[in-house]
Amino acid sequence: MQIVARLATGGTILDITGDIDLAHSPAMRKALLQEIREKKTPKVFLNLEKVRYIDSSGIASLVEGLKASRDQGSRLILFGLSKTVREVMELSRLQKIFEIHDSEAQALGS
Amino acid sequence: MLLKLELQSNPEALCLVRATVERAAEVLQFHDAETRAIVRSVDEALANVMRHAYGGRPGLPIEMSCRRLEHGGQNAAQGGIEILLVDKGVPVKPSALKGRSFDEIRPGGLGLHFIRQSMDEVEFSRKKGKNLLRMVKYLSPTPQAAASEGE
Repeated sequence: MQIVARLATGGTILDITGDIDLAHSPAMRKALLQEIREKKTPKVFLNLEKVRYIDSSGIASLVEGLKASRDQGSRLILFGLSKTVREVMELSRLQKIFEIHDSEAQALGS
Repeated sequence: MLLKLELQSNPEALCLVRATVERAAEVLQFHDAETRAIVRSVDEALANVMRHAYGGRPGLPIEMSCRRLEHGGQNAAQGGIEILLVDKGVPVKPSALKGRSFDEIRPGGLGLHFIRQSMDEVEFSRKKGKNLLRMVKYLSPTPQAAASEGE
């Protein structure tokens, strides 16, 4: 899995590539929490377009990121969810608590 | 026996197992959504073994075997797949098998829900110092089979 950070309007986009599973969710969690808690970025956009698979540990990291952003008064915004990722979100019944957009343009305009 | 794998409790192995199980499910002619469900269940079950039964220690043994269920069984008119995972970790506590409530918004506790939602049969047991997890997924009836059953 690869994580690349780039600046965007009002925040940072984290481009994730690969699978977010037990082997890699700790790295995503670390990057996410660093952006939210340490850098205090007001908007963190998570680009999941190139994520082929996410497991429950990945979802748990997203929930942790969401809680951290709420604590900081910032926003965590997800976009580009593949069918597989959407399916797991629906199974977890957590899709409604996340701010999810189809594309980067929509996410940035939100 | 369709497939037998001897693994170690290393999370890096999960992507290889997912690819292997995906191919096995395709060979058995599961639909895409069913294949994803099987892959997800095996991945979550192995992750549970690594995290809970082995407490995150790498290099410990896990056996996985997949068996094709033939057509015409009691619950398997269309056949299916049976997956058995065996580990030598600590006994799985019944309370740990409940998973968390969907109403709770907190990290963790989702893996078992994913498995139970994705598979038709899920059975935990402990035999001779080993944890056994048996999971079964049946093939959905083809439209032709469903139509002939309804006649």
